[in-house]
Amino acid sequence: MAHIQLKNISKTFGNHTALSGLDLDIADGEFFVLLGETGAGKTTTLRLVAGLEKPTQGRVFIDGVDVADWGAAERDVALVLQQYSLYPRYTVRENLEFPLKSKLRRLPDAEIKDRVARAAKTLRIEHLLDRKTDRLSGGEMQRVSIGRAIVRKPRVFLMDEPLSALDAKLREALRTELKNLQIQLGATFLFVTHDQIEAMSMGDKVGVLNHGRIVQSGTPHEIYSNPRDTYVASFVGSPPMNLIDGKLVGGRAVMAPTAFELPLAGGTKAGVAAEGRPLVFGIRPEDVHLESGAPVEARVHDVENHGVEKILTLRVGDATLRATVPARTDVAIEQAVRFAWNPDKVVLFDKGSGINLRHAG
Amino acid sequence: MAAVRTSSEVAANRLAIVAVLVVTIIFLAPIYWIASTAFKPRNLATTIPPTVVFQPEISPFVKLFTKRSQLRTPPTPEEYAAAPWWERVVFDGGEKIVRDGQGQVQWSGYPSRFLNSLIVAITSTILAVGMGTFTAYGFSRFKVKGEADLLFFILSTRMLPPVVVAIPMFLMYRAVGLNDSHLGLIILYTAFNLSFSVWLMKGFMDEIPKEYEEAALVDGYTRMEAFFKIVLPEAATGIAATAVFCFITAWNEYAFALIMTNRRAQTAPPFIPSQVGSGLPDWTVIAAGTFLFLLPVAIFTFLLRNHLLRGMSFGAIRK
Repeated sequence: MAHIQLKNISKTFGNHTALSGLDLDIADGEFFVLLGETGAGKTTTLRLVAGLEKPTQGRVFIDGVDVADWGAAERDVALVLQQYSLYPRYTVRENLEFPLKSKLRRLPDAEIKDRVARAAKTLRIEHLLDRKTDRLSGGEMQRVSIGRAIVRKPRVFLMDEPLSALDAKLREALRTELKNLQIQLGATFLFVTHDQIEAMSMGDKVGVLNHGRIVQSGTPHEIYSNPRDTYVASFVGSPPMNLIDGKLVGGRAVMAPTAFELPLAGGTKAGVAAEGRPLVFGIRPEDVHLESGAPVEARVHDVENHGVEKILTLRVGDATLRATVPARTDVAIEQAVRFAWNPDKVVLFDKGSGINLRHAG
Repeated sequence: MAAVRTSSEVAANRLAIVAVLVVTIIFLAPIYWIASTAFKPRNLATTIPPTVVFQPEISPFVKLFTKRSQLRTPPTPEEYAAAPWWERVVFDGGEKIVRDGQGQVQWSGYPSRFLNSLIVAITSTILAVGMGTFTAYGFSRFKVKGEADLLFFILSTRMLPPVVVAIPMFLMYRAVGLNDSHLGLIILYTAFNLSFSVWLMKGFMDEIPKEYEEAALVDGYTRMEAFFKIVLPEAATGIAATAVFCFITAWNEYAFALIMTNRRAQTAPPFIPSQVGSGLPDWTVIAAGTFLFLLPVAIFTFLLRNHLLRGMSFGAIRK
């Protein structure tokens, strides 16, 4: 268990800047998810913590100690990867024993046996122990891979998209298992993923990474309800937050170029935003309601049925926005509907910088 | 899968089998020729048309390993009766085995040349493959400044015909006293094979995911331990394939062995044809020498055949 800090980290590979000025603080025992698109610098961050890469600039601290000169072995971290995560030619048991047989640890045989048995039991892979790794399914491989991490009792678990190569059902199951395991072990997890559902459902805290910088870091709820900028707003959530260009006129949102108006919850929000300044209004699809007496008329462009709910794509002039409605709502494509939004949930972004006005300044 | 085959597919398949058979026969014919000549009586070795059916004899091998001289008078019946079976077959051919003052049988030059071949080929193969593996690993895993140029430079050592440098090499070797020495040939063959070995092994190393070693590094192992425990077993296929090729090159090399060695370190390839020199050549003895010479490569390749086949298709089966 450990407290991890990355301070002002930059990393370049030749001309390519992977990370620039990255700050990260992961508390002891926290499940921290690093969320970002491919190429955002997630894996690089993980490798810096693991000691497989050295930062071009900045410092990495584990429990307050600068670990710049520590190799991967000395940092006592465990790594779980998306693929190639197991040693080929070895059986499952040999894979689990491998980290314990390092000269660095010198554990007695009985202890090794005991730890392997316990890890196998925790992950329910006891029946696989004598199997070769090439005879395992994807889910079993990832279980063993996690097992190889937990036998070590490392200070930090680093996971690089460990569930991404699995099929949907298995992914869901392992998601729950992994979260439970983390709670049970009380260990610090740094989990990297591009899947925002994984991030939201597993993380105690989520850091959104874009172009080598942490854009926002906070609890899943904070990230979801109060995104720092339009990038986070459109990246997190499925479907993502609706973002509509407009202006604030007399405390009402006036959309441009398509002229339609919606009320805002008055007071503070309207106060911050200068009247008439170009803005982007953000609203989550579940905060858009269909009502017969609602202020704006739209046409239904598309209907996606998700079982418990329907996701509608609405067209107002040349703007489109999505609304999540109960599955029993009866709508047809090209039908005219009226909608409103929940004025309390509207998030205002500056049009130029994309920054949430509540975060600015 | 029991896929239904059309008659044209069946016909094509049969045609392919016939083609494979024809090619195989073409390749095996010279080997059969050598093997059969090695067991023929001397008078049947050069008949026209060639003798196919004959009583196999062991005498060419006895002659191969011993020093002999022409009999001026046939052996007396007592001498013949007292001689062991292997001496009698030499008597039957009109020759006798040369013995020294103490009556010890004199060996021919063949066994020592064969041993030289083994020493030189095995040592240079181990050196070339070992150094090649380490070099390839370095190129594959680390950022080496001017990597492309260095690799090209390594390859360029193969770009001129080796014989071109034979004379200068001979002069240099004589100056430093490496001519007619095992070490000299070992250095030479290692140098020949090294560029090939580096390039081939680089390909195999690139195929091994670096995640394996990184996992080992994180698991508490040093780079060296990770190399020996994880990388080397994965590279076994590539090492086997590279070793076979290096061994064949070193084993069969003729031109440099002919120029650089004459007695002490002479290998089998220049020695075998040198027996043709005086008088009427005994082709059965030469065939016996060649036949034995073929065996080590055949055995080595046979032992590694599984690795070799996988090695050849390595890039294709991995994604």
